[in-house]
Amino acid sequence: MVTAAGIAAARAIAAAVPDPELPMVTVADLGILRGVAAEGERLVVTITPTYSGCPALREIAHDLRRRLAASGFTEVDVRTGLAPAWSSDWITAEGRRKLSAAGIAPPRAAPGRSGPVPLTLTTRGGSGGSSPPGLAGTRREAVACPRCGSADTTRTAAFGATACKALFRCESCREPFEYVKAI
Amino acid sequence: MTEDEFAAYQSLSEETEDHRWAFGTGFTDPLEGIDASVPDGVDAAALTAYCLALGDDALIYSHRLQQWMTRLPELEEETALANIALDLLGQARMLLARAGQAEGRGRGEDDLAFFRDEHEFRSVRLAEHTDADFAQLAGRLLVFSAWRLALFGRLAASADPVLAAIAAKGANELAYHREYAAQWVIRLGDGTPLSHDRMAAALGVIWPLTDELFQSDPVANRLPPVAADPAELRAEVDAVLDEVLAAATLDRPDAAPLARVAAGPAATACTPRRSATCSAELQSVARAHPDATW
Repeated sequence: MVTAAGIAAARAIAAAVPDPELPMVTVADLGILRGVAAEGERLVVTITPTYSGCPALREIAHDLRRRLAASGFTEVDVRTGLAPAWSSDWITAEGRRKLSAAGIAPPRAAPGRSGPVPLTLTTRGGSGGSSPPGLAGTRREAVACPRCGSADTTRTAAFGATACKALFRCESCREPFEYVKAI
Repeated sequence: MTEDEFAAYQSLSEETEDHRWAFGTGFTDPLEGIDASVPDGVDAAALTAYCLALGDDALIYSHRLQQWMTRLPELEEETALANIALDLLGQARMLLARAGQAEGRGRGEDDLAFFRDEHEFRSVRLAEHTDADFAQLAGRLLVFSAWRLALFGRLAASADPVLAAIAAKGANELAYHREYAAQWVIRLGDGTPLSHDRMAAALGVIWPLTDELFQSDPVANRLPPVAADPAELRAEVDAVLDEVLAAATLDRPDAAPLARVAAGPAATACTPRRSATCSAELQSVARAHPDATW
């Protein structure tokens, strides 16, 4: 039987597991860790993928087992919980602070998801500033630069080096930076 | 990096028995720990076929995008399409795994992806199309992601809780894909005369493949609380396409639908409803070296 104190200890260990792609934040910060519970003698840890194809999930599962085993939890089931679907809104305030401190802009509020999903198009005469209108790569977004705080930033690529990120450039300090996509 | 940042990768260097030769490898079940039971009253054979079709669309589409890698006009587009291919591959893995669970014969995602023959694939022809240029890539991705998003929006309320969860998750990704594709269709359509003409020509090639997306599906008809009626998706998809085409100064192509593939006996759940072309590239290594690890 896993005691309540044991579950609390296991939860603390699990919550401290770093994300392999964003090692400055933990799985708890990202909202990947869904639960730590006991089923008889076994400890059950539930995690959820950020993106359907994210390869980090299995690395996280492996790391969870390894760290829990090192603290004496040898009977561990790591389960996948798909519902409710992860959204970047699940990233905690602490996670956002850590991302920002590491130079990665945290996500804005995710778009709503009830009914048909509206398109957000940039067309000729749109808010393209001095950039050519309608260009996918030059859409202005209200993402503050994590280095200087300026709101004058431009998305330079909708996707980045990992499934969860896009690329931006600050028009004030001219530094490029990564942004955690709001989905 | 701090000590803990390195520690995230420490387990990779340890001796294990699960063939973890690189990051993200060595795992077997994308639905690990999820209740695999088929809800009461749901036709398991039809659910198998339905999840196969949804998984095959994503698998084949992902593969077609992967074939573009190193050939795209800009590094940003390589990154974007590799990410979209990865999202679709993730959806394919879960859907094929769900098909394997519903089938109940012990087949997993790899068995279904690598060891079915072409005629057993159930993907739509839009997913199988080989893009001849970047305009076709953008136009096809717009239609596919708009259709799949509308479909997944409905499947999020499916009576199969696993399919519902996969769809709800995928919908977030598909909305992002759709926007990416829409931006490119607009950029090309509302660009130079040359880019406009090539985008218009690309839509003319893609359009005959779109009618199939909304055709009645005998498998879906056997799964009323689980599946979505394809015909119900048309209005939502049309509204999106009309909005994008208007912004892109493009006309909706006046193209007749490609003739339907003659289907076998519709009563057989796994009868191929489509002529599928699964690239040998996708399967040859797994078939030449079954169960190989490296």
